[in-house]
Amino acid sequence: MTEVLLIVGMALVTFLPRYLPLALAGRYRLPPLLRQCLGYVPIAVLSAIITQTVFVSGGDLRVSLGNPYLWGALAAAIVALLNKPLFWSISAGLAAYVAAFILM
Amino acid sequence: MPQQSRRLFFEGARDTLPLIIAAIPFGMVFGALAQTNGLSVGATLSMSALVYAGSSQFIAATLAGTAASLPVIIVTVFIVNLRHMLYATSLMPHVTQLPQHQRAIMAFWLTDETFATISHHLQTHTKPGELLYYYLGSATAMYLNWQACTAVGVFLQQRIPDMTSWGLDIAMVVAFTGIVVPLLRDKSQWACAGVASVTALFTHDWPHQSGLLFSSLLAIAVGVALSPRGGHV
Repeated sequence: MTEVLLIVGMALVTFLPRYLPLALAGRYRLPPLLRQCLGYVPIAVLSAIITQTVFVSGGDLRVSLGNPYLWGALAAAIVALLNKPLFWSISAGLAAYVAAFILM
Repeated sequence: MPQQSRRLFFEGARDTLPLIIAAIPFGMVFGALAQTNGLSVGATLSMSALVYAGSSQFIAATLAGTAASLPVIIVTVFIVNLRHMLYATSLMPHVTQLPQHQRAIMAFWLTDETFATISHHLQTHTKPGELLYYYLGSATAMYLNWQACTAVGVFLQQRIPDMTSWGLDIAMVVAFTGIVVPLLRDKSQWACAGVASVTALFTHDWPHQSGLLFSSLLAIAVGVALSPRGGHV
């Protein structure tokens, strides 16, 4: 019984934040300031997730040049700066990660 | 499904592949952890099927083992999910032509992985008809993988290796990096990425990923403050 409540409760508090903005889309004209904020959402959230995944492991910070995640991310970033397709950023990033992992 | 829609569907699934691989260990570990902490098999599988939110499910599975009360778990999960509210808000301009039931399906399947994939797709595909099936392809692939991995974790329980230490999440790091970097075109966007990264480091030990939400909001504010006159639309 508690498990049913747990899952129904979690499903609600997960679905509603995901749905409410989409449900209201088009019904109101968004204020210009909010519209301006929207364009920064992917940059802000994905950058934060990348940094935590690269530098945090099991609750500990691993800020060092011996961290292979750092080399993977750097290689992917450089290839992306050269305007290559996403596939090439991913391949270069994985290759750099494997190389750094073996060498360090 | 018309041919154009089918093509978009499979492209969406294909483009999400690195992120799907990165999610495999987490799905399996969730399945195993939930068992260890006393959730029934039915509850574990239905949580993946009906809630479908990786970080929230981990929090629930962890707190379930500590006899935390139901309201505590629900409130914590709500806070973790506020990040997804940012995603949904940023998708608002793209769904105005879609009927509510399609928006509801998109909302149920909105994850970090699908949002990242969509953000990249929307850079080059701006016509209203090009979003839905691409989105559904990405989301279906993520969803089926998550269900399968949960089931494998439940089945193997203690016998699963600790795959989270295998480094498969590097696939997510490089894919997200390849998605974010092309979005950085002016000073305000670089500043936004920089502030988000640095703040995320300093707030990494905040409870229940509240550091991620705080870093994102601060970075968005900095981006807007520095944005060129007229801004980006």
